[in-house]
Amino acid sequence: MGFHRHLPTRRELLAGSGALFAWSQMPRIARAEGRDPRLLVIILRGALDGLGAVAPVGDPDWIGLRGDRALLLDGKPPALPLDSFFALNPAMPNLHRLYKSGKAAIVHAAATPYRERSHFDGQDVLESGFTRPGATASGWLNRALLAMESGGRVDPRGSRALGIGSVTPLVVRGAAPVMTWVPQRILPASEDTQNRLLDLYQHTDPKLATVLQARMKLASLDGPRGTGDPMSDDPTLAPPGIARVRAYFTEAAGTAARYLAKPDGPRVGAMGFVGWDTHIAEGAASGQLYNLLGALDGAFAAIESNMGEVWHETVVAVVTEFGRTARINGTQGTDHGTGTVAFLIGGGLAGGRVIADWPGLKPAQLLDDRDLKPTTDLRAVLKGLLRDHLRIEEKILADTVFPDSAEIKPVGGLVG
Amino acid sequence: MSNSAKAEAVLALQRFGMGPRPGSIAAMGSDPRGALIAELDRPLALAEAASLPSSAKAFRTVADANARRTARVKQAQQQAKKQQMAAAAPAMSEDQAQGQVQDKDAAETAARQAADAVPDPGRPMYLQEAKLRTEAALAAEIGFAERLVWFWSNHFCISANKIQSMSGAYEREAVRANALGRFVDLLLAVEGHPAMLFYLDNLESMGANSIAGINRSRGLNENIAREIMELHTLGVRTGYTQDDVISFANVMTGWTLVPPGADPQHGGEFTFNPRLHEPGGQTVLGKRYEQEDAEQGRAVLRDLAAHPATSTHVATKLARHFVADEPPPALVEHLARTFRDTEGDLKQVAIAMVSSDEAWRGPPSKLKRPGEWVVGMVRATGITQVDPVLYTGGQQLLGEPLWRPSAPKGYPDDEASWIDGVGRRLDVANNFAEHITGMADPQVIIEDVFASQIAPEVKQAVGRAESRQQALALLFMSVDFQRR
Repeated sequence: MGFHRHLPTRRELLAGSGALFAWSQMPRIARAEGRDPRLLVIILRGALDGLGAVAPVGDPDWIGLRGDRALLLDGKPPALPLDSFFALNPAMPNLHRLYKSGKAAIVHAAATPYRERSHFDGQDVLESGFTRPGATASGWLNRALLAMESGGRVDPRGSRALGIGSVTPLVVRGAAPVMTWVPQRILPASEDTQNRLLDLYQHTDPKLATVLQARMKLASLDGPRGTGDPMSDDPTLAPPGIARVRAYFTEAAGTAARYLAKPDGPRVGAMGFVGWDTHIAEGAASGQLYNLLGALDGAFAAIESNMGEVWHETVVAVVTEFGRTARINGTQGTDHGTGTVAFLIGGGLAGGRVIADWPGLKPAQLLDDRDLKPTTDLRAVLKGLLRDHLRIEEKILADTVFPDSAEIKPVGGLVG
Repeated sequence: MSNSAKAEAVLALQRFGMGPRPGSIAAMGSDPRGALIAELDRPLALAEAASLPSSAKAFRTVADANARRTARVKQAQQQAKKQQMAAAAPAMSEDQAQGQVQDKDAAETAARQAADAVPDPGRPMYLQEAKLRTEAALAAEIGFAERLVWFWSNHFCISANKIQSMSGAYEREAVRANALGRFVDLLLAVEGHPAMLFYLDNLESMGANSIAGINRSRGLNENIAREIMELHTLGVRTGYTQDDVISFANVMTGWTLVPPGADPQHGGEFTFNPRLHEPGGQTVLGKRYEQEDAEQGRAVLRDLAAHPATSTHVATKLARHFVADEPPPALVEHLARTFRDTEGDLKQVAIAMVSSDEAWRGPPSKLKRPGEWVVGMVRATGITQVDPVLYTGGQQLLGEPLWRPSAPKGYPDDEASWIDGVGRRLDVANNFAEHITGMADPQVIIEDVFASQIAPEVKQAVGRAESRQQALALLFMSVDFQRR
């Protein structure tokens, strides 16, 4: 990794930050083609109920399966029609608008290769890109970034990934450096203190030095900005009401978009949203799932708006570790399942369709007579995006990004 | 005291305790291992806990406030509606229609004010519990026992986002009371605690053939059964199946709490409700359980506690937390064997850990989690009291909000999960340093509190700092405070 070799001496640092960050102005992904694509990955942690988000209203067994919990075109509120078969949860008017204008696509009955029902193993497979949990400590997005670097088409120092939140999502962890952003609430240490600490770390702990330097780089992109009172009256301390969840989703996604939109900013990013583990009172039409999907829909709007002029070069992939049981459980919720949906949005997308090889909802058509049967491998979709949007070679995708996936062919035509 | 003895005392305080505080190295004497073990004989209960409500009382208080709030809101809305009706004229002009909209806003404002008049008592309870817990960590001579409480609390975590009122009391009643006892007693206490049953959705889970299940079109919830096997006992991928999860979920039906409104004396306490319980025997991991009531669940939990997979799972997590992200396999095996040989005596397992050379040999490469780091920083200054609003706010900023993990797995214990947040720690260290510049001297911390067992580069950077605040911030951020 070239990163360490470029660490400046303390003298250079103190001479001014100009030298330190000059390389962030260098050309980046696919510039030669006149393109500068952005990719943001959002992980919905806890397992999204795909059937509660995008309902197969044209399936004759749908109402029988979910009863009065089924989203319907004439429900209260009515589900939003996508095509003759599927309808979208009414909490998502932004996604519906994007879909209608061809800037969103939905993948249904999709799943990773993971077939057990542990959240944590499921997220590990989803984010690592391996076929089994616990196989590696790096994520597929980070390895994709390394592949682009080794292809020589990109400046490795200018293409770093962005992670949002205090715990970096596994999907962006790995050998390529990651910048992270968490909501800013107290005044940061002075630049001088940061520089001195960096110098100290360089002499005692290279790993901490790398982390601190990535953070300083990110701060320099953002420029100086005013922050609120130090640690006082923090509204995030109380248990999250839905308004606070909405605000957090919007702030986190909107900030990611702001960084990705910058000419000298990162080009890929990842974040996770929690709360989708709806074992009790799922409330797809009017309760907790409806509210969460509404918050996610607000995040989509923030991304579109903050991407601004580069929206047309943007793709956002929204994925979850697995789905939930097809039937409602004993407490008006759903338990851990398998097949579910993925949302793809962005100005760079060739959307306006639901991509699904529909398995059906009769008992014999369900996986283990309980879960929506997966018919699309999520890796095929992600490989299609990485190949056609970020221009990563298929062989690299099959060998290192999603190892042992040669037989999973990328889905073509996702990007316009 | 020789330099190597001082170094071992610092390592003992860092790796197994809450970090050095004024006088603690001298108090360790020449036998740090013996001092760690001796601490386990002191009482672990919080002396001040008598002033705190039990979990059931806390739950009733919050339920009562919620009921009063709902009633007040309803009353305010009705009153506003009445006034609106009285004001409405028979023929309505546009102005009057506008007036009605304002009335509607007024009704909403009245409702909001009525709601605000009954604040949530769960929040002050959470803060008071946080204060006592943190001050116990600051006051402990070494803090080995407190670290074990923190470890088990995270292993058997609940979330205050879901059940704030009980979050602190749960730790005291179920975890702290059993952290140095037998694992099976700890397990029975946490899984039977109302906070856990609430957190893992078991309160309304009912068997399909139970009385309530037949009368109502509701039923089973698998959550608690899966997480007990996956996270609390056996560990993931240890051979249990989906059928085992369902059978165990059936076993656990009926484990619930007394509704707070129904019983002013016992509301919020654990109860076994036979009306929810799936009748008949169940097969879990190949063994048949024919018991009729809560004994069925206790029998399964006792067998899970004694299962060999549980000993390995627990030993691995303990060694990973205290010693290294990739702990020495010999240490893990030693702890697992001790666990099995002593029938899960957690005190003996803790003693086995600090008595094993493997636990001491590795370099101090483990990155402290945010909570440990903050307490270590505050201890070094000699401060023993905290403002719980600031403290819990700081934990939130650092990504480890107290008793609020985002999932039942608890907070992770590996460097990769936390290292990107180190930049964030600088802001907190800087802020703390600013507040204490008048009362903390970095040279005293280095020479007295740490007995000069600090890297020479750090001493140099601290010595050259341009201000005392900067010196303190650099010291708190140094490898000597971040790693153990």
